[in-house]
Amino acid sequence: MSASDHRRAEAAGDPDRPREATRAPLLSARGLRLAFGGVKAADGIDLDVMPGEFLAIIGPNGAGKTTFINMTTGYLRPQAGSIDYDGQPILGLSPRAIVKRGIGRSFQLPQLFSEHTVLENAALAIAAHAGLWSPLTPLLRPRYREEAMALLDRFGLAPLAEARADALNEGARKLADIAMAAALQPRLLLMDEPTSGVAATEKMGIVETLVRVLRDTGVTAVFVEHDMEVVERFADRVAVWSQGRIAALGPPEQVLNDPAVLRDVIGIEPAHHA
Amino acid sequence: MSASDRDAPGVAAPRPSMRLPEAGLALAGAAALVLAAWAVPWLKFVLTIALAKGVAVLGILLLLRAGQVSFGHSMFLAVGAYTVAFLAPAVPEALLLLPLGALLGGLLGLVIGLFIVRYRDIFFSMLNLALSMVLYSLLEKLYDLTKGTDGIRVSALTFAGAVPDRETQEWVMFGLALALALGFGLLVRAYLASPMGRALAGIKTRETRLEFMGVSARRVLLFAYVFSAVMGGAAGTLVAMTTRHVTPQLAYWTSSGELVFIAILGGAGSALGPFLGATAFELVRVYAAAAVADAWQMILGGVLLLVILFAPGGLWGMLTSRLRGRA
Amino acid sequence: MGQWFAENGLLIGLALLDGLAYAALVFMVAVGLNMVFGVLRIVNVAHGSLFAIGAYAAASIGLFLASLGLPPIAGFAALLLAAALVGGILGPLIERLVLRRIYGQEEVLQLLVTFALFMILEDVQKLIWGVQPIFQDAPMKALGTVDVPFGEDVIPFTAYQLFVLPGVALATLAGLAWFLRRTLTGRVIVAVTTDKEAAMAMGIDAAKVTLLTFTFGAALAALGGALASPTTSLVPGIGAQTIVLSFAVVATAGLGQIEGAAISALMIGLGRSIAVYLAPEFEVVVPYLIMVAVLLIRPQGLFGRLETRRV
Repeated sequence: MSASDHRRAEAAGDPDRPREATRAPLLSARGLRLAFGGVKAADGIDLDVMPGEFLAIIGPNGAGKTTFINMTTGYLRPQAGSIDYDGQPILGLSPRAIVKRGIGRSFQLPQLFSEHTVLENAALAIAAHAGLWSPLTPLLRPRYREEAMALLDRFGLAPLAEARADALNEGARKLADIAMAAALQPRLLLMDEPTSGVAATEKMGIVETLVRVLRDTGVTAVFVEHDMEVVERFADRVAVWSQGRIAALGPPEQVLNDPAVLRDVIGIEPAHHA
Repeated sequence: MSASDRDAPGVAAPRPSMRLPEAGLALAGAAALVLAAWAVPWLKFVLTIALAKGVAVLGILLLLRAGQVSFGHSMFLAVGAYTVAFLAPAVPEALLLLPLGALLGGLLGLVIGLFIVRYRDIFFSMLNLALSMVLYSLLEKLYDLTKGTDGIRVSALTFAGAVPDRETQEWVMFGLALALALGFGLLVRAYLASPMGRALAGIKTRETRLEFMGVSARRVLLFAYVFSAVMGGAAGTLVAMTTRHVTPQLAYWTSSGELVFIAILGGAGSALGPFLGATAFELVRVYAAAAVADAWQMILGGVLLLVILFAPGGLWGMLTSRLRGRA
Repeated sequence: MGQWFAENGLLIGLALLDGLAYAALVFMVAVGLNMVFGVLRIVNVAHGSLFAIGAYAAASIGLFLASLGLPPIAGFAALLLAAALVGGILGPLIERLVLRRIYGQEEVLQLLVTFALFMILEDVQKLIWGVQPIFQDAPMKALGTVDVPFGEDVIPFTAYQLFVLPGVALATLAGLAWFLRRTLTGRVIVAVTTDKEAAMAMGIDAAKVTLLTFTFGAALAALGGALASPTTSLVPGIGAQTIVLSFAVVATAGLGQIEGAAISALMIGLGRSIAVYLAPEFEVVVPYLIMVAVLLIRPQGLFGRLETRRV
């Protein structure tokens, strides 16, 4: 049983949880439009993300996937449309304010503090969540150190705690990047290509780690992904991006078998395995 | 910074072990300064100025941690110095003037900082420079208030109510400077190890990540800026009380350049760097001026070139690599 | 001069003329600084020293030519010769021996290297020319004065400041615009300014471009100094003064903007000379206030492009 099968079975079979369809979406985007010059990075995006689900975003490069994440996290402002999170509009809020509402993100190019150790990176994220404003007590005080070690341990990064962030390999950097986002205890986590640039042999290990950790925390996850194997394994639903629009949306077994999607999206896939 | 650059990836051992010699070296350095000041009386003055400038350079070091260079930081030094010059006739108590100068430096730092922390890199440098030149021009032009380039003589001071003789006063100033150097040095060290200090270093490498952790990079930088302005103000009061004469030159951009010079000469890797750098700077200046009166600036410039091109870790970097090589 | 100071309107007219001449000089220095920054990505703190040395060299050469019994008009040859000598000798020397070693390094190190050069050049200048003021206004005197009509009055103004300074500045601006857009070398410089990596990937010899640009920028600074030398007495410290002023012009215009530098030089030149007549205490402050005010509203400068960070 794959992770996503497990997840869907659990969601369907749990009588205590209301059915997905009857619940209010955690994130709701309507009519998002944004053009850079002549390129339409978002051309009427409507999307609901349900609480607890893992939603994969797939599509060719330049389809506007990262743009959607950037708009949701306050880094880019759409020219039209609205985004509600937990029933509240969040468009126009700064990235910081959006983080504080409970939306975390990781980056396609991991954004680590390269001169700090992995432990310091994690501890800084934990300290940031706790408020940060203590100029004279050490960052690596016992409390933050323990919390940071526990966090790194969950992500399998504990052995690398004392290494400098710029000395890690790409897989570890991706995990550390996501761990820092997770340290803020978001309800919604947006991940931009969590496995791109990772060696093929490491990929599934990273995915297993992510699924395990994120399932434990009950977070809702949206992730951009090029590897269909990862999508199958990880996603409850898949949204297919194409030229700033959502071309298809549904469970992976349905979307990934759609001939149009196969041709337009998965057809270019081999290039990304290189 | 550059000392840790040389660490092998993932090897963290040298870091904690460097802490011990740092404290020991600080005490040894302080003892050496006291000894030098005692053995060569005229050095007392030079070393007091060096310690005072070292305090101001600690502020430069904080901003360098965030990757920012202030090319106008001596304006805070000038604020501290003119605080003493203006107020000494009314309030001759040095122990009051010192915190007052630091406070006023910090206040100006807050006002300027609120707007300047929005800028980075070359714009940050140039805006600091421009604002320091505004202060310089005002000090120079408002003759009725400041006596222009002639400057103001600092009237007699009291220390905790007492009026010491000249020799004693020199020792008192030296002691004050040394105490402030150690005190601010400790504060800076603690600050740099704190979450805010680590976040400050994060501005240099990954400012976007800070924002996406819910941290305001501007606020982190503002705190450092005000802290550095307070140290600049305190340093200025020490300079004014030691030289007993303040001129607008204190705020000129070349004086700010000197502070950055000292920071790099000493090495930005440790809170000891600024004092190492300031002592070396003042000694070279004194000896170069004595040896070749017309070309001391050229000698200092040459030293600076050599340090940057061949020892970018500064004196502190040379010292630690020497120590590490032996270990 | 006393009688027309009494009239307020004339003051403004004079301030405008003064400001124009002043702006022309400031532009000459700032545009070189800006070009050098565009290609080398280094703010050259020693740029003002090149201005100062250009000024001193022009005065010395002018005095020498005069001692040979040449007519005053030969002073103009002195100006050009000084600029060519200073730019041609110091430019390559500085770029080859020093700057080349610090490309791509941390900004603070780059600033400090040029600060070290500034310290060295300041003393070189003092060793050669001493600290006594030097005055050599033969080129300005040679052209005499012109009566500039202003309303019903006339303002006598030196032809040198009225025509030569703005003329050279305009010619420089036009020449640069033509050079950068129409010639191969110019386009290469623009390419390196816009995207150094891409330009080098295309096979452009970056070492040659940086050498050329720096030498040219140094010559412009020296020419600015040479042109300024007849209008003022030369004293130590003019280099330090000039560099901060050009910083203000460049930051106001936006880094790398050439036409923008002309406009902000005009703003700052006029602003300063109006202050000279209306509120002399604040004369020196005005350029910085203009710069701070502009950056408050447009953090990238008047004509600068905002660099967006990539996530």
